[in-house]
Parts: sequence; structure tokens; C-alpha cells
Amino acid sequence: MEPVIQVTNLTHQYNGHPALNALNFSASKGQVVGLLGPNGAGKTTTVRLLNGLFPPSSGEMRVLGYNPVEQGEEVRRRTGVLTETPALYERLTARQNLTFFGTLSNLTSEETKTRSEELLRMFELTQRADDRVQTFSKGMKQRLAIARALLNRPQILFLDEPTSGLDPEAAQQVHELIASIRDRDGQTVVLCTHNLFEAERLCDKVGIMNRGRLLEFGTLAELRQRHAPGLWLQIRFYQSAPASIPSFPGLMEALVEGPLAWKLRVSDESLVPMMISQLAAGGAQILSVQPQAMTLEEVYFKLQNAQKEGVA
Amino acid sequence: MNPRILMAIAKKDLLEVRQNKAAWMPMVIVPIVFIVLFPLLIIVLPQLSSQAAEQLVNDPDMAMMFERLPAVIMDKVTGLNAMQSIVVMMLGYFFAPMFLIFPLMFSTTVAAESFAGERERKTMEALLYTPASNAELFFGKMLAGLIPALLISWLSFLLYAIVLNAAGWPLFGYIWFPLETWYPLIFWVTPALAVMGVGMTVLISSKVQTFMGAYQASASLVIVVVGLMLGQFAGVVYLSVGVGMLIGLLAWIIAGVMVFVSFQNFNRAKLLVSSN
Repeated sequence: MEPVIQVTNLTHQYNGHPALNALNFSASKGQVVGLLGPNGAGKTTTVRLLNGLFPPSSGEMRVLGYNPVEQGEEVRRRTGVLTETPALYERLTARQNLTFFGTLSNLTSEETKTRSEELLRMFELTQRADDRVQTFSKGMKQRLAIARALLNRPQILFLDEPTSGLDPEAAQQVHELIASIRDRDGQTVVLCTHNLFEAERLCDKVGIMNRGRLLEFGTLAELRQRHAPGLWLQIRFYQSAPASIPSFPGLMEALVEGPLAWKLRVSDESLVPMMISQLAAGGAQILSVQPQAMTLEEVYFKLQNAQKEGVA
Repeated sequence: MNPRILMAIAKKDLLEVRQNKAAWMPMVIVPIVFIVLFPLLIIVLPQLSSQAAEQLVNDPDMAMMFERLPAVIMDKVTGLNAMQSIVVMMLGYFFAPMFLIFPLMFSTTVAAESFAGERERKTMEALLYTPASNAELFFGKMLAGLIPALLISWLSFLLYAIVLNAAGWPLFGYIWFPLETWYPLIFWVTPALAVMGVGMTVLISSKVQTFMGAYQASASLVIVVVGLMLGQFAGVVYLSVGVGMLIGLLAWIIAGVMVFVSFQNFNRAKLLVSSN
């Protein structure tokens, strides 16, 4: 499938300081791609470059087949961006905000009106449509800002820290929304976040960034495979565990977690049934076997720590 | 450039100005003081009090001003009585440069709100992510500064003419204002100063972080007008039709340069850096 975003050796410097360093990644239609990293990792700079707000110092980009450097307007016509702060006109009403941005997105008056009403309804803001935004709660402002980003039915939606500062309920709403956007409209979503739970839950692919470098990029399974190959199993025993951990083919690591539990890492999940039946045959009273995949958080910190130590 | 986008930007900026009292209050108060209260004081007060009229007519400073008047103005007041001459000289001639404050003041106020205010409220970035071109953003915002500046200046002129003729009717008995020297000022110099005010404010806005900062710095342009006023009082310069046209030409040239330089500096990369 032709990627909708293709980035090759993208490098950018601000006043001589490297903001991005030889970034390479791609995203396909309908994928949710997460860019993870601490503040200053280069996530926002990447979004700005991909939308043609300024040219990179070097490297190539293609967004929906367009070069953002020369065809920024064409790109922005087809993308929607939720900025890190909602950046709404607080003295204007929700409807006035949407009408203004609809016009600037080249929608006709009729389209702007219809689309605004549709989005206000979708984000449960119809009742407050004619109230000034400064009277809105943080969650409502965020919903309105997402509605603004969706006005032109973008083929790619960039969300920069969409749940930052939101209470858990509002964050949950935003998560559901992102999932529904992808499922319903098949839009590509680029999600910049440092919320790892959010990324793990929503993203098809993640890129882990630090100080302008892309440390890793791939699906969570690929990242796990590269940084924590194999499968962790937690085995709990009834009354007592066997005296020692036998050696099995494919056993990579073994930890004793108290008197009634082991934690084993095996090279392949196909080995698990054989291992369990051997243990049972040896008299082990197995209470439960729980596969434990490495979390994104574990991969993330492994990479960030390696970067700090200068290993990565 | 899409005119619909230009108008949408201008309309949005004006809607925002309407919500900012600090921006629009001076745009209401200053014209009321200058075009209603001040002229009424000069015309009506002496008519109500013969003592005040006598004081005004016999004022030595007033006599000195008459002495310094160029021959061309003296011709205009010849045949008028003392009180009529004072009104024509004060409100018809010396007051003219004061009027030029309006386009400068209004355009800089709205432009400061539109350019620096947008950055102050951290709304600039969302605007930059729209497909609107740099030219559309720039000229849309310029339009927001120019529309009220020109409308209010011209409406103020109309109101000034009405006040002067209505209040002066008992004194003159005929419509004596506007004088021909006002036309170049209102229809040639005023638009130039409005454009100049916007251009200057855009340049200043790229250096300061707040609406008030940009507004105060741009207000220094008023010095040009104060200079003209003092020049008239001192008899150094007289805003005849020819001088008005010349000042207008100069103002247009300066305005053109300012707009050109401002536009060169108005691009997404610079706006983003300055808004961070």
C-alpha cells in the first residue's frame, strides 16, 4: 500500500541546535501512528514540518504525495491538526470558531454550516454552540479543538498531546473518539503523546523519539520482538512450587517470584503447552499460567535509558 | 488571493476587537472628545458668554497666531468678524492635523490586537495550520486594521462637519465647513496614514509579545501628527491643498515601504518562532 506519509532522513535545526536528526518513517492509510517521547523529543517539529509550516534543514518528505515544502497549502487542505494547546478564539463562540476555520479551509458557506452542526452534535457541544469559548471547561475546549481539526474531513489527522491536562473522563472520551475516527472514516492519525497507555491502546505503529532522534519505529509486536524477544509467562502454583526450575528447550530466562510463582521467558509460544505438560507430569500443582507481553512502557523506558547512557 | 478568506480573517479580528474594551474604548472616546466636545467648547461657549468671547478675541496668543497666518488663509478670514475668524482659524485650519490622529490610532489599535494579540493569546499556530496562504493571512489582517480606521475617520469627518455647521449656524448663518484644504487630508492622507499605521504595527508586533506593547509602541507614530500641528501653530507649515497632497504622497511612499518590509517578514516560520 502506498504510504500517505513518507519521511526520509528528515533533519531540522533551530538556531544551530538539532531539533530532528535523520528521521525515517512511513504511515499507511487508516493507521494510527504514535510519536512518543519526552518534551523536546521533536514530535511537534515533525508535525510542523509535515504540514509545511517551514522547510527542513535537509531530508525528504511526502504527505499524500505532496511535498510540504513546496505544496504546503495542498497538504494543509487535506490534513487537520490539533495543536498542543487548543488555540481557540476564546472571545468568540464555538460556532464562530468553526465558521471561521471552515472558511479558511475553503469550505463553502453551506458546507461550513452543515459540517459545523454535524461536529457540534458529534462532540455534544450543540447546546453551548453560541456560548463564548472562554466559558468552556478544558474538556469541552479540547473537544471543540478536535472538531475544528476535523472540519475539512482531513485524510490525515495530527493530534499533538490530545489528552494533556484532561481529567480521566474527558481523556477517555478523546480516546474513544480517536478510535472511532479511524474505524469509521479510515483516516490516518498521527498521535504525538507522552502518554504510553494512550499509545499502546490506540496506535498501530509507534515511533519512540528522544532529542530529535527516532530510536525505534514499528508495531508494538515488532518492538517487543526487537527489544524483548520471546514471551514472559507467569506460572502460579497451588500450595507449593516445585523445588527447582527444570531446564526446557527454548527457556531463555527464569525468575522465582516468591514461594508460589515463577516467571519464565520462552523463545516461542508454541513451546508453552509442552512445557506445562512436562511440569504437570512432574507433579507440579499448576494453578494458573498467564502470558505477560512486554508493555510499551517497558520498551519505551528501555530505549530512553539506553539513549541516556549513550548505548542506543 | 481569495477575497472570502480575506474578509473572514478581517471579520474574525474585528469580532475579537469588539470583545476587547481596552481596544475599542479609545476608538469611541477620542472622536467624541475631539469632534464633538472640543469644537462645541470653541463655538458655543463664547456664544453663551460674552465675557468668554471677549477674552478669546482679545487673547494675545490668538492675536499672535493671526499675525503668523499665511496670506492665503488671511484671504479666507477677510470679511469675517473676530469670533468667526477665530472659529475658522481654530477649527477649520489648526484642527486639521489633529484629525490625522484618527487613522493612525484606529489602524494601530486593531492591527496590534490582530497581530500581537493573536500571538499573546497563543492562537497563531492554529491559524498557520490552515490552507490560507501567507498573503491571505497578512492582507486579511491588514484589512481588519484598515476597515475601522477608514470608516471611523470618515464618519468622524462627517460628524465633525455636522457639528461645526450646526453649532456654528447662529454665528455664520451658512454652511462654512468643510474647507477645501480638508479634502486631500481626508481622502488622500488619511488612507495613507491608516496603511502606514498597520505596516508599522506589524513590524513592531514581530518584536513585542503583547497587544499593549505593540499598541503603545505604534502610538509613537502620533508624533508625526503632533509635529504637523506644532508646525501650523508656529507658522512653519500650512496644510494647503498642495501641501496636503505632498504629505499624502510621502505617507503613501512610507506606507508602501512599511507594508513591503512587513510582508517580507510575515511567514509561517518566523511567526512560529516568535509565538513560542
